Amino acid sequence: MSLQHVTTTVNGDAAEFLCDATETLLDALRDRLGLTGSKEGCASGDCGACSVMLEGRLVCACLVLAAEADGREVETIEGMAGTGELHPLQTKFLELGALQCGVCTPGFLVAAKALLEEHPDPDETEVRYWLAGNLCRCTGYDKIIRAVLETAADLRGQ
Amino acid sequence: MELEFTTRTTFDKVGTRPPRPDGTDKVTGRALYGADLAGAGMLVGKVLRSPHAHARILAIDTSRASALPGVKAVVTRDDFPGIGPDGKVKGEVEENVWDVARNVMARDKALYEGHAVAAVAATSTAVARQALKLIDVTWQVLPHVTDVDEAMKPGAPLVHEDMITAGMDPAPEEPSNIAEYTRIEMGDIEAGFAAADVIVEQTFRTEAAHQGYIEPHACVASTSEDGVAELWCCTQGHFSVRDMCANILGMDLANLRVTSSEIGGGFGGKTTVFLEPVALLLSRKSGRPVKMTMSRDEVFRASGPTSSTSITARIGATRDGRITACDASFRYQGGAFPGSPVSYGAVCGMAPYDCPNVVLDCYDVVVNRPKAAAYRAPGAPMASFAIESLLDEIAGKLDIDPVELRLRNAVKEGSSSVYGPTFGAIGFVECLEAARDHPSLEAAPGANRARGIAAGFWPNYGGQTSVTVNVNNDGTVLVSLGTPDIGGSRASMCLMAAEELQIPYERVKAIIADTSALGHNDTTGGSRVTHSAGLATIEASRRVIDTMKQRAAALWDIDVEAVVWDQGCVRPSGANAGDHEPLTFEAIAAMAPSTGGPIAGHAEINAEGAGASFAVHVCDLEVDPETGRVTVLNYLAVQDAGKAIHPDYVEGQYQGGVAQGIGWALNEEYIYGSDGVLQNPGFLDYRIPVASDLPMIDTVIVEVPNPGHPYGVRGVGETPIVPPLAAVANAVSRAIDRRMTETPMSPPRILAAIDGSP
Repeated sequence: MSLQHVTTTVNGDAAEFLCDATETLLDALRDRLGLTGSKEGCASGDCGACSVMLEGRLVCACLVLAAEADGREVETIEGMAGTGELHPLQTKFLELGALQCGVCTPGFLVAAKALLEEHPDPDETEVRYWLAGNLCRCTGYDKIIRAVLETAADLRGQ
Repeated sequence: MELEFTTRTTFDKVGTRPPRPDGTDKVTGRALYGADLAGAGMLVGKVLRSPHAHARILAIDTSRASALPGVKAVVTRDDFPGIGPDGKVKGEVEENVWDVARNVMARDKALYEGHAVAAVAATSTAVARQALKLIDVTWQVLPHVTDVDEAMKPGAPLVHEDMITAGMDPAPEEPSNIAEYTRIEMGDIEAGFAAADVIVEQTFRTEAAHQGYIEPHACVASTSEDGVAELWCCTQGHFSVRDMCANILGMDLANLRVTSSEIGGGFGGKTTVFLEPVALLLSRKSGRPVKMTMSRDEVFRASGPTSSTSITARIGATRDGRITACDASFRYQGGAFPGSPVSYGAVCGMAPYDCPNVVLDCYDVVVNRPKAAAYRAPGAPMASFAIESLLDEIAGKLDIDPVELRLRNAVKEGSSSVYGPTFGAIGFVECLEAARDHPSLEAAPGANRARGIAAGFWPNYGGQTSVTVNVNNDGTVLVSLGTPDIGGSRASMCLMAAEELQIPYERVKAIIADTSALGHNDTTGGSRVTHSAGLATIEASRRVIDTMKQRAAALWDIDVEAVVWDQGCVRPSGANAGDHEPLTFEAIAAMAPSTGGPIAGHAEINAEGAGASFAVHVCDLEVDPETGRVTVLNYLAVQDAGKAIHPDYVEGQYQGGVAQGIGWALNEEYIYGSDGVLQNPGFLDYRIPVASDLPMIDTVIVEVPNPGHPYGVRGVGETPIVPPLAAVANAVSRAIDRRMTETPMSPPRILAAIDGSP
């Protein structure tokens, strides 16, 4: 089977790779581009550990074909921090201990950033439902929800 | 090594909440987990698994797979060296190596659906998958059994045709699926029940649950032509992985170096090996590095979930609420091999209570399911579900408040435990009182709402631990640990080293070293790390201080007895010792090259003194009488931590255990079809709690110092999963006025209970 040539933008930089037509965006990010911050927890869209932004839309990279990234912009956890400076969500997660094993953390951060960009003032229920597609088995979600709510308040200047 | 210490109660750094040393890498995606390593020329390994619950493997033909271009190695049972059941085991293997070897690759029979039968290594995932389809296995399908009670019946299909129950006197003549019988006995059970005014009895069942770690098992193995191998994997115990793999593959321990990656959750499920010996063999045969990862489907079918159980328990009490007797029969299946955590569970259920007359009959049963691995407080949640439910029944019959009933029977310092030792300083009464007095519990529940409470216990563990504390010339410190960090333990070790050395937390960093860098470390499990590795870190830090005192004394040309360590400096002990300016930690570190060379402290210990752990949970919930759906409204977890080194991660353990317990209580179960095939091997159908299923989880950290640790630490990881099954069940039972006796308490079960049908 011949490989597909994909030209895309990842975290603001031009990127290209060859991939199998059946390959997922997650596999291409991890195995072709070496961006292993997005994790495979299920490969079925149930756990959200591979959450990335595709053309400004929150998606599970395991449910997107790599070829679909052609001509589009992808943002991953690796692009979340600015140069030498963490995103406020990243800082808050560290400050509140909102992670234990940390394997779900990239997905939660990408999803939470998307939430705050769309809804800067979410209440607890809205945060819980927005993040219901991201599984965490360590924390019971308590500190994650608090971190997102506190970051939202900080970003609103409260 | 005999450690001498008095337990401290005032601290400068311990008890604060600084960011963890490994945190930034985890919020930026840099941290490398099991599947995140890549090597030049690396192959992809995949496993062929049994589609049958129980089948004899008559033949395996790999010729077509081997001939496929891109396939570099194929392994089957024929590639594994034989290990006799009495074979000499090298190193420290906590499990039966014979069983583990047969679990990682089926030999004469596939014992469960998902059992590994063959494996391939190929140049791509696509080629590896294609190769698996070209392996021809000739099966003779056999009758199977997956239910624990069915497996115990005479005439049940035998998982192992030659298995005679151990622990029975006289030994049975016929083989059965009961691997072992154990009786735990105390006092006079007849007299105990004769003294009771009220007796309750009930049978309970719990379905198997999976640890549900988000990171599937993954490893990379690389074997050289000289037989030396390296293995990278996500594990709770890389020393144990090394020793198991070396035994299974007939290697010398020194020829295998294992590095533990960052680990994406384990909860006991990553304390054994599945892929690792197979990857090493594939690498040996192909001469190339091999990466293997499990799919989520494989994790459910072929890793190590916990037991399903069937428990019959009877408890008697006097009119004033004193427990006089408990007898119970615990039947736990451990999957296809012996080793269910039945005895642990049995003792944990009754351990919180001072009951003089006890008989616990424990049956370890094999069935055609994956070999059970540890799951957080192995065996205890199910036993506590039974015992704590019956205590609620007694409280109801005697019209005594459930917390008060437990207070009247709670074990205290000096009480004898059902598992042997007499309790030292413990905090169960303090936990009960904190729960009783918590302000969140004043609000009365409304219609269809109810409150449930339950207690939980875990004995905690110490074990072999080896730690090195290296001092750099700039006065920074590196702690090398051999206990994989699952939930923030590096932060706790840095806090303890900084406290002991009296230097800033930010100047201490910790890493998990590989198996070649330290002496043996037991696995991260049993809630042992903050206790045992903490003890070793403190001890190694004290060796650093000893060396620094010697360096200063030599410099000043006075006896080492004439110097003291005080507020991060070495000082002369008094006027007689001479007039010397104090030397700071940093100053002595900087002088190391000219005063005798590098400064480092080691501790190689077998830690004892793990303090027993108790928790009390309170759950408020609402049952929808039309759908049977349960909504958890409030949840409070109170637990004795001895001393919380980093309170964020102690609270996190409480909250995480509660969430897992609520999932087990309400949703999670292994569902087998009549064909013995798992029906729900994915997160869509095996539904673990998501953020919208849960409320905030309140925590109270009780601190009754453990006299067995210099800072008073008790392990906290396991106990939080023990009470939730019963706390939820007690609340649901009260809300619908029917006793719930099975988990999960899914909507259909609750509706059936409301309707009064079984």
